[in-house]
Amino acid sequence: MIGHIHSIETCGTVDGPGMRFVIFFKGCPMRCAYCHNPDTWDMRGGEEHTVEDLLAQYESLHHFYKNGGITATGGEPLMQIDFLTELFEKAKEKGIHTCLDTSGVIFHRDNPELLAKFNRLMNATDLVMLDIKHINPDEHEKLCKQPNDNILDFAKYIDEQGVPIWIRHVIVKDITLIDHYLDELGYFIGGLKNLKALDVLPYHNMGEVKYENLGIEYPLKGMEPLNKEDAIHAREVILDGARRRRKEDAANA
Amino acid sequence: MRSEWNGFKGGNWEKFVDVRNFIQKNYTPYEGDDSFLAGPTQNTTDLWAQVMELTKKEREAGGVLDMDTKIVSSLTSHGPGYLDKDKETIVGFQTDKPFKRGMNVYGGLRMAMKACEDNGYTVDEEVVDFFAKHRKTHNEGVFDVYDEEIRVCRSNHIITGLPDAYGRGRIIGDYRRVALYGTDFLIKDKLQQKESFGNVYTDDVIRGKEEISEQIKALKELTKMAAAYGFDISQPASDVKEAIQWTYFAYLGAVKEQNGAAMSLGRTSTFLDVYAQRDLAAGKYTEEQIQEFIDHFVMKLRCVKFARTPEYNQIFAGDPVWITESLGGMGTDGRTLVSKMTFRFLNTLNNLGTAPEPNMTVLWSTRLPEGFKKFCAKMSIKSSSIQYENDDLMRNDHGDDYGIACCVSSMVIGKEMQFFGARANLAKCLLYAINGGVDEVSGVQVGPKYRPVEGEYLDFDDVWAKYVDMMDWLARVYVSSLNIIHYMHDKYAYERIQMALHDRDVKRYFATGIAGLSVVADSLSAIKYAKVKPVRNEAGIVVSYEVEGDFPKYGNNDDRVDELATNLVTTFMNMIRTHHVYRNGLPTTSILTITSNVTYGKATGDTPCGRKKGEPFAPGANPLHKRDTHGAVASLASVAKIPFKDAQDGISNTFTIIPGALGKEDQVFAGDIEIDLNK
Repeated sequence: MIGHIHSIETCGTVDGPGMRFVIFFKGCPMRCAYCHNPDTWDMRGGEEHTVEDLLAQYESLHHFYKNGGITATGGEPLMQIDFLTELFEKAKEKGIHTCLDTSGVIFHRDNPELLAKFNRLMNATDLVMLDIKHINPDEHEKLCKQPNDNILDFAKYIDEQGVPIWIRHVIVKDITLIDHYLDELGYFIGGLKNLKALDVLPYHNMGEVKYENLGIEYPLKGMEPLNKEDAIHAREVILDGARRRRKEDAANA
Repeated sequence: MRSEWNGFKGGNWEKFVDVRNFIQKNYTPYEGDDSFLAGPTQNTTDLWAQVMELTKKEREAGGVLDMDTKIVSSLTSHGPGYLDKDKETIVGFQTDKPFKRGMNVYGGLRMAMKACEDNGYTVDEEVVDFFAKHRKTHNEGVFDVYDEEIRVCRSNHIITGLPDAYGRGRIIGDYRRVALYGTDFLIKDKLQQKESFGNVYTDDVIRGKEEISEQIKALKELTKMAAAYGFDISQPASDVKEAIQWTYFAYLGAVKEQNGAAMSLGRTSTFLDVYAQRDLAAGKYTEEQIQEFIDHFVMKLRCVKFARTPEYNQIFAGDPVWITESLGGMGTDGRTLVSKMTFRFLNTLNNLGTAPEPNMTVLWSTRLPEGFKKFCAKMSIKSSSIQYENDDLMRNDHGDDYGIACCVSSMVIGKEMQFFGARANLAKCLLYAINGGVDEVSGVQVGPKYRPVEGEYLDFDDVWAKYVDMMDWLARVYVSSLNIIHYMHDKYAYERIQMALHDRDVKRYFATGIAGLSVVADSLSAIKYAKVKPVRNEAGIVVSYEVEGDFPKYGNNDDRVDELATNLVTTFMNMIRTHHVYRNGLPTTSILTITSNVTYGKATGDTPCGRKKGEPFAPGANPLHKRDTHGAVASLASVAKIPFKDAQDGISNTFTIIPGALGKEDQVFAGDIEIDLNK
């Protein structure tokens, strides 16, 4: 099987635990306003790789990844779920830690064929980093041009599968840096039993130049990068929401 | 046991000069964190403000504040100099006042004169007259012997940076010996060494005995130099303050006597920690005081200055002294050699702020204590001033008491030294292979008049065969020039005090160097995997290249091109090995153009990899700028393939990363959510 890969970052230190071999997949149906990888949206182009050659590259560098592993990101790796599953299954055979960085957008529980594929993938996945773009359905649609009901359902599904979850959330002024939404998000993720980490991502505009190169208008033109204080605040609001949920769940148990 | 050694565990070191044995018997490994460290004292802050003020004045004066033009620098040439005598705990300057540069003439009169003139000073006529008429210098000796071939290679920059007009440096005296033993003990030892040559007067024996006599004189002068500051270093140091002062005096002697290309300090911290531990336990000094001594020591090291020319500063990108201090590492017995003093050295970057000197070099092992690793990471992020070297690799060859001279050259302290050998420009050599020995910039026939490449496209097998022939020629000329240089340096500018702090029989590395590794690797790869069309000028010289198609680039962990790089190193090193080298040296090579890559690039025409004339080479063994597209690990993996056995003088890789790319910010990332949720 052939995978369409945008690029590989061999020194990944911010996409999962430890130092990681990060594979950027081509293709994404989301059009998030703050996306910093618009060059991965198109399924076409990029490099063609087999699972074998990716794992051979990994193996030749394995001593760098003692506490790390492979991270599949993109783009949306789930767009190539068959290739991704084969990659993770073969990686697991070699004892490599597998991490999926995803928006969950293609998940639909009511499609049995697709669900079977997800079940198989989750069997070979050590960690899912689920990027919830916005907790509010309308805001999500505005921000990403896609609904979020299936994404939130995907969070619950991963949890049911017993796969550890990190929640990622990009904080943008006026869009996600709104306390009641952050609280709502926290309340939601507080219900996930396998939640291991919260990765608050302060918005940055380093992707803007890529839009210029691609000749696409940058939707967040003029938006300032988020400062650290706001990011710390957002983290605290989300954590507060999650704590409230934990308490309620404990009381109801 | 001598009173200065009270409380130390005895051993072989008491009877013989054996600093390592002393360290091993007495040091305390430190596996904790940085919480014990002390900040700067008021005196430290005041003195450093004074240094900063002088630095500002020096900059305003155009780079040099004061120079000696009358007195030739030697161990005893100048009276004592101070910043503020009452505040300084560690004393000593190269001349009678701070920031006044000494005059070193033995390396070369012309260079000494030019260094003065370019900075607006004139060397005293009597000095010029004396050296011109009565005292030959290293530089004059070398040029008496150089032949036309060497001269033309030199002026066309295929061999560059040769230490034929200035001090070669890269020798580390075991400065700790002065602290541990005092000079009387060392002189006695040297007298015995001299006797041990016997009375069969071969050339080697005559030279050996003469050199040791010079070493003894230097030790005596060093004692006098220290006495001028009010210290008696003929006896061992009796506490940590004295141990630092004695060690510094020994180093100061070296930098008064030699203006060397790299004047490194060695591996002093854990040695000094033995004294610190003893004094702390006895309540003689507090942590604050010991940190103050080290801060003042490092402050002095930061004030070491030489008279140099703008051209010299251009090659080395600034005015570096390369006061490399090797820190940490692991012992051969498995204990770490990290001590509290290792932390204190790095802590000077907090107390005095960031500076390129001394060049703090951490000997890195995967087995270093976690607390130290964390502190290194913290200080690297804070200061960008720490260099890392692979202890796990070098310990195999050098044991656990080696140090780094300059940036990567490893040598056992007091037992090994090296003859520094600049660099051969292998990228230019490839162009010579293509052009039949004609220089692509000057049009001069520099190399042998071999057949140049013919035809519309370059053929890999043809180019490689021609390249091997051209490298073979270059290796011969290069080694020849170095043989002449080191012969003359020993004769006219012998490093008396540094060699006095070595054993009698030292292992001498005959160091060569390579510039342009990644340029050649990518060029050969382009020729092999893409199509490269040479473009000739009116004279028929290939001056440019058109590359059609893509090719694997060095720095992406791609064996197809990485093998070309490793093969190049091994091939050239084996050629070096076929030649006679001065004083039975052990030939090595390095790939370490940390700063001069810009200069080498300027002198080199278009290369088949697509690099244009004048564009800088990559530093050291780095991939070419922006050609490593798979991230830092792949880039490092390519560099790591270069065989250390064929580049034993070191392989450098210059690496810059923004802190944000090193990992998550703890304040924003909740990495262990259970802890946060249970708060």
